Amino acid sequence: MDLNYSPEETAFRDEVRSWLAQNLPADLRDKVRDYKELSKDDLERWHKILAKKGWVAPDWPTEWGGTGWNVVQRYIFEEECGYAGTPPLVAFGLRMCAPVLFRFGTDAQKQRFLPKIYSGEEFWCQGYSEPGSGSDLASLKTRAVRDNGHYVVSGQKIWTTLAHYADWIFCLVRTDAKTDKRQEGISFLLIDMKTPGITVRPIYLMDGGHEVNEVFFDDVKVPAENLVHEEGKGWTVAKHLLGYERMGTGRIGVSKRELLKVKEVAAATMKDGKPLLDDPRFRDRLSRVEVELMALEITNLRFLDQLRRGGKPPGAEVSLLKIKGTEIQQALTELMMQAAGPFAQAFRPVDADPGFDRFTAALAPRYCNLRKATIYAGSNEIQRNIISKMTLGL
Amino acid sequence: MNFELSEEQTLLAETIKRFVATHYNFDARAKIIASPGGWSADVWAAIAEMGLLGVPFAEAHGGFGGATVDVIPVMEAIGEGLLVEPYLATVGLGGRFVARAGTKEQQDRILPALVQGKHTLAFAHTETGARYDLRQVGLTARRSGDGWTLDGDKRMVLHGSSADTLVVSARTAGGVTDAAGITLFLVPRTATGVSVKESRTLDNLRSADIRFSGVRVGADARLGREGDGYPVIEEVVDYATALLCAEAVGAIRYANEATLEYLKTRRQFGVPIGSFQALQHRMVEMMISHEQARSMACLACVKVDTAEPAERRRVISAAKIKIADACRHVSQEAVQLHGGMGMTEELKISHTFRRLTMLAQTFGDAEHHLERFAAADAAASA
Repeated sequence: MDLNYSPEETAFRDEVRSWLAQNLPADLRDKVRDYKELSKDDLERWHKILAKKGWVAPDWPTEWGGTGWNVVQRYIFEEECGYAGTPPLVAFGLRMCAPVLFRFGTDAQKQRFLPKIYSGEEFWCQGYSEPGSGSDLASLKTRAVRDNGHYVVSGQKIWTTLAHYADWIFCLVRTDAKTDKRQEGISFLLIDMKTPGITVRPIYLMDGGHEVNEVFFDDVKVPAENLVHEEGKGWTVAKHLLGYERMGTGRIGVSKRELLKVKEVAAATMKDGKPLLDDPRFRDRLSRVEVELMALEITNLRFLDQLRRGGKPPGAEVSLLKIKGTEIQQALTELMMQAAGPFAQAFRPVDADPGFDRFTAALAPRYCNLRKATIYAGSNEIQRNIISKMTLGL
Repeated sequence: MNFELSEEQTLLAETIKRFVATHYNFDARAKIIASPGGWSADVWAAIAEMGLLGVPFAEAHGGFGGATVDVIPVMEAIGEGLLVEPYLATVGLGGRFVARAGTKEQQDRILPALVQGKHTLAFAHTETGARYDLRQVGLTARRSGDGWTLDGDKRMVLHGSSADTLVVSARTAGGVTDAAGITLFLVPRTATGVSVKESRTLDNLRSADIRFSGVRVGADARLGREGDGYPVIEEVVDYATALLCAEAVGAIRYANEATLEYLKTRRQFGVPIGSFQALQHRMVEMMISHEQARSMACLACVKVDTAEPAERRRVISAAKIKIADACRHVSQEAVQLHGGMGMTEELKISHTFRRLTMLAQTFGDAEHHLERFAAADAAASA
């Protein structure tokens, strides 16, 4: 065991870092660092830069454009991206739909969808949650009725992240309402967002931002060839995906950058004539978060290494990463807001004010926004249920 | 970066695990802690026989020349089995001092005997009022003839009552809390003027308050350079702290395994109590604490060998913060989830609680290391 980076790994990190320094557009970097909202164009621009370099989907099979990097290299790459302040790569196509197609897709489906996911030409979103089906996902009611060569889909999805940008949505739908085991009546469908009958309605969150939506399906005709795996086997597909969905939720590189930022802000903020960073009460809270982050980095690498050697898809291990990673992200936004003190109360200028401190004003909304992290992708309580069942056998 | 255990490490882990499972069960341990010396010479001989005392020492002294990570399996097994033998005091502290600062003669005299199980050591350092500040040394060493005379008191010397040799920190210059002016000495416990008051610790180890009254030692008793003992003390205590972190991880693992087993077997309201979500989620948090603590123990054991002093301080303190928090969290929850049974002397879980409680404090509690971590961080960014 050696937790130091080898000369090769350090060289790889240097290569990634210097490439990012030259290729991450400054306007995108500043938007990310200053917590500004990213447009669809911002997300796509960065996606395409990485696709052109060949680095947009490191974990894909090499014949489809994967980089062939090992676990540590992939980790270093993500950490450097987070550290540099790149826009996020939206996971729905690259890390959710794609692994599903690799595992369950037909050749035709792979050929049709994967190249455009890779290039960023098609933007994906995820249709899982419904108004009555959150943590209890298997109770979902959106119906898909087979009609000759089509499924006719009716129902409603909710909390659909970036549906207002998406060209395609992958959905869990109920194809059999009569089966005793409700998981067995679920299927996995790929749906073109331009199909008649689909309506997207925004949901504004408490920070004022628009990320999530309601998506309504009103007799939407979906070609039967867009069914992934067999009819009634959608739950199997969803379970396979569950691990991948949570893989990226540790977000350690991002948290490392946030941590440095908190230190920077706290060092520049004075309390009783001394930097807030030297205030023991503030400092101890910050240090405990930093220690958890140091530990999570090693825990993450240990798990990735186990997965690599066991050749298994990610299981309950990633639930731990999700729980700890999101707790750390939330703690950092909270510390950041507290470091700004009374100035964190300013939200938006009423009249145009070019001197308005937008960075500080973004801190409290960010704190509000990040409350989502312990709720989405399977709430942290659901993650504890998963660990309890799968790892502890309770 | 590489997480794999080498073949030797795996073998070592299996050897010590098997030994603890067969020769160090709860009843055997109960007899050992009730015995006059408080630890077992037979167990110590077996530990030496298995080569465990030699893991980190040079081949020239009969050891394996292993890295600190090679000691992890030993420490985890010690933690899991709640061994009371003086491994940490001898290998982690005393032996490490000799290996790091000793002359060739001192090393040749002590280390081969240590590796063979024939020589134990202890570190006599803590004094009244020092808390965890390693700089506070009031015990004096004055030159007399061509040797030295030591006068003063040391407290809470882990395994000090049975050690053959005491590594003693003494003030040879400067004020009581100065980093400079501390000198280390090797003093036989049986030297004239050494008086030992032994006590049991909460976790059934032996510890001693030791008075040095005009204790005369030769010039060859000095360990390392005169007045320059502090950096060595800090380095060795960091090393022992890394080992202690690994020990704690073993004890935490046991606490979790025992608690999980209890949740599956204890029935109330007609069902196993592990079917209750309130308890399941607490058990999950214990498991997360274990994984996070384990990561920090690994990092500490790697960095203690490879990092520059500033980075070493930062990582060791970070590890001890996490370990101390995890020790308290897991031990408290383990007792709570065991209910009344967790309170009893007759269950190993209560002994594990006591050990974890002590490990959380040893070499500095979380608050001490939070302070040190912040200082190390400030120094790094200055």
